[in-house]
Amino acid sequence: MPMRVAIVSPEQEVWSGDADMVVARTVDGDIGVLPGHIPMLAVLVRDQTVRVKVGGQEISAAVDGGFVSVTKEGVSILAESATIA
Amino acid sequence: MAGQLREYRRRIKTVQSTKKITKAMELIAASRIAKARARVAASRPYAEEITRVISAVASQTTIAHPLTTERPEPTRAAVVVITSDRGLAGGYSSNALKRAGELVELLREEGKEPLLYAVGRKAGTYYRFRGRALAGDYTGFSEQPSYSDAKAVADALITAFTTPTEEGGVDEIHLVFTEYVSAMTQNAVAHRLLPMVLREHDEPPAGGPLPNYEFEPSAEAVLDALLPRYVESRLYAALLESAASESAARQRAMKSATDNAEDLIKTYTRAANRARQDAITQEISEIVGGANALASGA
Repeated sequence: MPMRVAIVSPEQEVWSGDADMVVARTVDGDIGVLPGHIPMLAVLVRDQTVRVKVGGQEISAAVDGGFVSVTKEGVSILAESATIA
Repeated sequence: MAGQLREYRRRIKTVQSTKKITKAMELIAASRIAKARARVAASRPYAEEITRVISAVASQTTIAHPLTTERPEPTRAAVVVITSDRGLAGGYSSNALKRAGELVELLREEGKEPLLYAVGRKAGTYYRFRGRALAGDYTGFSEQPSYSDAKAVADALITAFTTPTEEGGVDEIHLVFTEYVSAMTQNAVAHRLLPMVLREHDEPPAGGPLPNYEFEPSAEAVLDALLPRYVESRLYAALLESAASESAARQRAMKSATDNAEDLIKTYTRAANRARQDAITQEISEIVGGANALASGA
């Protein structure tokens, strides 16, 4: 069961789609979010790579600062700036 | 007679070249409205998500965070006024400045000392001319603001907001900008940015009920990190709205200038034609008169 993932920067939505897993580094350490994760709001560390797994593929995005918001509906990465690698 | 004709032709030429300029500005403004509107739309997902997250955090926690808590006795308030860099946009800047004037008055009555942050050359000149001290003056991006422009202004505001009042900080941040309603209607509005005004939850917020979040590392830390992002994104949205409004106001002003130029050209062309016809009539009558005189003399 895939979940909805969106990587948004202030100027635009950088990427969105259905994914199987999101891996990001928060100030407390690395987290991997799978579908059905409990709602969570975490602060991301600066300058990192967020990985989104879609099927067998992996999308990496360079993300600088921001949050990851996990809800029932999906995952939003709110970045100050983000670029798809 | 011929002198008069020359004068009219000269004026027609002048008005025609003015018309070319106003027409070009009108077209540029029209294309910028569309661009600014597209950027407002592109920035919406982020702005909505940030607001949603903040509402969720604030409704779940009882911690007194400066972001959401009213200060007991506010004595100083920052007022950010967004205007244009250039003129020729009808009443755009003066409407925003008028709205800001009302807000400043209101703040004074409430016993808060307003601290002005001018965005756009028009606001800067307006206040400097009146001898008002400016806490901040930003120019050069009113028509096409980027997020880093918003960040530059937001940084100064956050520094002021987090500084204790006794040391020159502010207790509140107000924002005056021009809302884009339609191509014909733009409203100068004033909003309080900080402390946040949280709407009572009478109805479930857009996008379903707010999730019951878990915070990492802690609710306070999350709010601390959210504060600057919130100010930046609100400011960015206001800058974009204002840019769209500015272009719309300019397009309207330039359209009526072009129309006026057309009317003038029409009037002058008529006058020039009459002058030319008068000159010809006179010449003919002079020739006829001369011929008659010769004939009767012979």
